[in-house]
Amino acid sequence: MPVPLLVTVPSPPTTFDGVTEALAVLVLLVVFAMMREALLRSQVRLYAFQSLAVAALAGVLGASQHAGELYVLAGLSVVLKVVLVPAVVLRLLSAAEVDLAGSHRFGVATMVLLGVVVSVIGFLTVSNIPINSSGVNSLPVPALSAAAATVLVSFVLVMFRADVVSQAVGFFSMENGVSVASLVVAARMPLILEVGFLFDLLVAGVAFGVLMRAHHRRSASLSTETLDQLRG
Amino acid sequence: MSAVLIVIMAVPLGATVVSWWAGPRLAGLVTVLAGTATFGLAIALVPSVARYKNGSGAVGALGNWLRVDPLSLVFLLATAFLYCLTAIFSVGYVAADRAATRVYRRRLFAGLNLFAWAMAMAPMVNDLGLLWVAIEVTTVVSALLVAIEGTDGAIEAAWKYILIASLGLGLSLLATVVIYHAGSFSLGHSYDLSYTKLLGKASVFPAATVRLGYLLAVVGYGTKVGLFPVHTWLPDAHSEAPTPVSALLSGSLLATSFYAILRYYQITERAAGAAFARDVLAGFGVLTLLLGALYLASQRDLKRLLAYSSIEHMGILAIGVSFASPLAIAGALLHVLAHAAAKGTSFFGAGSVARKLRTKDLDRIRGGIGLLPWTGPMLVAGMLGLSAMPPFGTFRSELSIVAGGFAGGAGANTAEEAIAAVMVVLATLAFFGLSWHIGQSMLSPVPDSSPAVVKGETSRLMVLAMAFGLLGLVVLGVHPPAALDHLLNGAAAELGVDR
Repeated sequence: MPVPLLVTVPSPPTTFDGVTEALAVLVLLVVFAMMREALLRSQVRLYAFQSLAVAALAGVLGASQHAGELYVLAGLSVVLKVVLVPAVVLRLLSAAEVDLAGSHRFGVATMVLLGVVVSVIGFLTVSNIPINSSGVNSLPVPALSAAAATVLVSFVLVMFRADVVSQAVGFFSMENGVSVASLVVAARMPLILEVGFLFDLLVAGVAFGVLMRAHHRRSASLSTETLDQLRG
Repeated sequence: MSAVLIVIMAVPLGATVVSWWAGPRLAGLVTVLAGTATFGLAIALVPSVARYKNGSGAVGALGNWLRVDPLSLVFLLATAFLYCLTAIFSVGYVAADRAATRVYRRRLFAGLNLFAWAMAMAPMVNDLGLLWVAIEVTTVVSALLVAIEGTDGAIEAAWKYILIASLGLGLSLLATVVIYHAGSFSLGHSYDLSYTKLLGKASVFPAATVRLGYLLAVVGYGTKVGLFPVHTWLPDAHSEAPTPVSALLSGSLLATSFYAILRYYQITERAAGAAFARDVLAGFGVLTLLLGALYLASQRDLKRLLAYSSIEHMGILAIGVSFASPLAIAGALLHVLAHAAAKGTSFFGAGSVARKLRTKDLDRIRGGIGLLPWTGPMLVAGMLGLSAMPPFGTFRSELSIVAGGFAGGAGANTAEEAIAAVMVVLATLAFFGLSWHIGQSMLSPVPDSSPAVVKGETSRLMVLAMAFGLLGLVVLGVHPPAALDHLLNGAAAELGVDR
């Protein structure tokens, strides 16, 4: 008598799954690299690299879903997040002639440990959310976990770095995490919205730049140590 | 009526362009005209929008890309009213400032118009994604306006503000994405995020996903509302910004961000049950009110005092919406308007006092009422308004909220009564804190040791703006127009209480 098969064998991951998951995890790993990077310039370059990974993810997704608007999104991401925003910040840095990041509030090891803890929280939170994967070639669910972890680790970066450039880069990298999340669960969101989001990011980037410059002009440093006058 | 929406969208934007290019005098005039026109147009919308019932009767334009229903109109009215007052005030404020350069004036007027435009767009757009875009624009413009004076304090405040608010808005972008995903189960993979579409299908959205989206939205947009514990940027930005900017930040921006939370609230109560949506708001509301009430008494800076009062009032708003009774929700929406009037008036007064005495330090401000014969009494009245004293609109609104909490509606319980009681205690505590500082700084005799300060007003326009603000506050308290009552009840019904 044949025994009924109790376990269903999961289908092996496809190349698409592998590539997209690797890109999403790369985005997360770059935030950890930002944590240990002491040179401000390199931090900005890491951000540009991270943005490139996000754009590539949009491109791969566009190719597999034959969605033209995702190519447009990938192209715009490259222009804005890989080129323009990093260029604005790098120009500021060359004017400021400061290279080293401000002191960490904690050591690198403590920060990375904290990052690992919040990543785990991110992964656990997302595993409880029902995901609609009925769409053709939608991104694998682990990519969403990586996105949530990226957002949370970026928060750690902003909180425990004491200079304006690292804090701004932390914000931008959090936005990259949100972008990955939106590619996983809302890839076919109307392009007009995505363009609106990107445009806002650019405007925010310029405002960050203006304020960093103003801060540098007043205090001749990029450290946030003097920004503790207002209390109560 | 749809043309009105397009004009409201165009006027502040046009005023931004003109004030950037024109001389300071023309820029001021254009700003006042734009503010007045926007307020007039918003009022013109009231009669037709007040007839809104069960999803029909909203005013739309540009293929329903812009859409004003009672809920959005309440917030549009608050912004337009304060925009109008701030425009009048800032003409006097800038004219009286001898240190103000041409560039500063140009930037201030253009910035104020653009800020008001973004705040007016937020309730008018009919799309959860565009709502986020509009609110992010308010952050960027207002952060630059906070820094406009370029002092150490202003830059510190602006940096903290833009960093904390942007991180919060990152979370609300994630909330937008999560809700989009929740909708994709029933609306397909590609759809636009218009409220009409979302609310129509919200009852079949997966509850767990919507709950996550709602929590992200409350924390994310709550950062800009000033909800505890993500309020930390607020007192700094409000105290360091130029006075017209503080007034708009406090009276209008916080409420606009709260409006965004209400849109998520509407979706959540359909998808995950009203109880969850209410409990979250009640929790944040009580903690926020507690923080505001406790910190009020210990302030040493006049504008920080008003900033903590804003936190207190945002807590009251959140509590009001968390009650099941329609009375309480209509009260909370009236509170949006009344708070805008009271906080605008008080910030204008505080700015005039600070400029006259060249200090914001509450320990050094003495004899305010004697030195400023018009501003002084009106500032005292405005702060009494903030303490919800009759005959002001805040009294009517807070009374409705508390009465609604005790009377209960469908699903009322002892928890609501307890929260209403806590609210009464904390609002009274806040009243003591505010009146202690008013008494010390404003109602004390003019000290003999300050011969440098001449008695008299700085600018008639600054006084006029305060007078209009107080007038609005009294009208809201004594006899709100019938159409406004209809509007508030319609908006309260949209928040689901009558379903």
